[in-house]
Amino acid sequence: METLHLDLPAIQDASLNPRAALYGVVSSGNLEVLVERGHDATRCVFEVQTAAHGFVEVWKAVLTDFAARHPVGGLSFAIHDAGATPAVVSLRLDQAFQSLRGA
Amino acid sequence: MNALQPIRTWNHEALRRQARLERSTPFSRGKAVAARDMVSLLEALLEPGDRVCLEGNNQKQADFLAESLAACSPQRVHDLHLVQSVLALPAHIELFEKGIARRLDFSFAGPQAHRLARLVQSRSIEIGAIHTYLELFGRYFIDLTPQVCLIAAQAADAEGNLYLGPNTEDTPVIVEATAFKSGIVIAQVNEQLERLPRVDIPASWVDFFVVAPTPNHIEPLFTRDPRHITEIQVLMAMMAIKGIYAEYGVERLNHGIGFDTAAIELLLPTYGESLGLKGKIARYWALNPHPTLIPAIEAGFVERVHSFGSEVGMEAYVAARPDIFFPGADGSLRSNRAFCQTAGLYACDLFIGSTLQIDLEGNSSTATLGRITGFGGAPNMGSDARGRRHASAAWLKAGQEKNGGQTPARGQKLVVQTVETWREPGHPAFVERLDAWQLKQDMGMALPPIMIYGDDVSHIVTEEGMANLLLCRSPEEREQAIRGVAGYTPVGMARDHALVENLRDRGIIRRPADMGIDVRDATRDLLAARSIKDLVRASGGLYQPPKQFRNW
Repeated sequence: METLHLDLPAIQDASLNPRAALYGVVSSGNLEVLVERGHDATRCVFEVQTAAHGFVEVWKAVLTDFAARHPVGGLSFAIHDAGATPAVVSLRLDQAFQSLRGA
Repeated sequence: MNALQPIRTWNHEALRRQARLERSTPFSRGKAVAARDMVSLLEALLEPGDRVCLEGNNQKQADFLAESLAACSPQRVHDLHLVQSVLALPAHIELFEKGIARRLDFSFAGPQAHRLARLVQSRSIEIGAIHTYLELFGRYFIDLTPQVCLIAAQAADAEGNLYLGPNTEDTPVIVEATAFKSGIVIAQVNEQLERLPRVDIPASWVDFFVVAPTPNHIEPLFTRDPRHITEIQVLMAMMAIKGIYAEYGVERLNHGIGFDTAAIELLLPTYGESLGLKGKIARYWALNPHPTLIPAIEAGFVERVHSFGSEVGMEAYVAARPDIFFPGADGSLRSNRAFCQTAGLYACDLFIGSTLQIDLEGNSSTATLGRITGFGGAPNMGSDARGRRHASAAWLKAGQEKNGGQTPARGQKLVVQTVETWREPGHPAFVERLDAWQLKQDMGMALPPIMIYGDDVSHIVTEEGMANLLLCRSPEEREQAIRGVAGYTPVGMARDHALVENLRDRGIIRRPADMGIDVRDATRDLLAARSIKDLVRASGGLYQPPKQFRNW
């Protein structure tokens, strides 16, 4: 198990008001995402616990693109992957963010 | 003036056949052979160097005859040349380890892929070629005609007529090539009956039959438990249905056997229905009776299915849906691999399947280092049939796209590869160079084992989006179109972002949002069945899944 911390610049969407919400389930190659309010409106913070070794660069690329794709400033993501592939990670994150926004 | 010519005999093969039959008489009573005499019979009639087709299909295996052949004395029986589509059983490998067989021409070696690669490396085997099914069947009538074939049937009657049951598979083509070229046809059967439900192979084509001690093995290769279908596969299935099936109006098709295509089958009655596609797409199929097709059949999407083989557990369901499948007068399924492959090649407008590796030209292969898998049906299904001369809307539209919008003289088959960009961490589906090239070198093969050539591929679907290779106008565009859907693999991350955006502007690359697909909708709730039990329910209790798929 490796842990990755990433603190990225991001735009904030002020209308977002996240309650602590849990998306996804850890099992059968799935992963768990926890979205919470962060401390800095201009940053997005990620903490990833990954079961896959040597996947850090891929994780960084996935999360950097995600933070550039959505106004996630002021949010904090805790992620437990369960050996999930980047496809699952991206999909879960997009789903988590869009649900947050649509809610 | 006439020089004295040596007298040529014109019935050498028939005489040789007669000699084989005479040597066999001590071990048979008419055509019936006792199981305990089979090894002696084979030792008596086989000759060194014979071409033998030991029926190994995708599913049905002449396993008793394979074990009998492997039990022959290598002093008596050696250097055989096996010409069979699938190398699936440990006994098949033993033949080469013992020196009973030396040379192999085949199509597929899924379960024995590792052991086969080791045999090649230790020079215990010579491989002629890895064929597609139709290619190998074709050669049965040209230069690889079997002298002896060992086949599997469901039942025989006292005269030696054979009933093949629902898993016909390769049997007719093997018997045809052997029986009509003075060869010897030997069948193992599960039972002897007074009266057969129907005659699939007439007794006059059969030389011997044996009731095997246990029924022949059949593998349920086409059963995919919907529990294992992921949301990514649901998302890719949505793209395939909306971006390809609907846009081209694909009515006639073949699916691969993976979870990706099972997801499409299970999305037809839900997502497909919501798009108003019933009666417009996926009406005619070249496909085995996939359990995951049941909900689409029940929903009225599917009008007709012709099959290569059958599927364990689907017998009662198929028999209860004679309008959909091809049953005999007795009610049970008649399948036929040679005909269904021909149908998939010439009469279908789309093939979609998954693979293990795709390179920058779009070539794909399931061969990875240390494994010689072969291809089976995918290369016939997944290739543009250049002999095709009938039009359809889907075929013409694809041809037009490839031809720069001009009406072409011929259409184009839709050949779709659907893959998640990472199969698992550490194993990207997109690679700069296929392992197939290394295998070619390691194994001393004439050709790299490429399953589907890039120039036949029309679309690649991944979780990141869809690349339409028909619209690419140069090798560079093609490469960037592939990189542009290759996600976070090294191949994907090395993309030229500006070029990829340009391709997206031109509709060559489309993201889910570009197709009006909201990724939030990609959940397992869209699957018409989410478990094997759901499939049983959808079939009205007619589908009887094999034990290993029952988890209740």
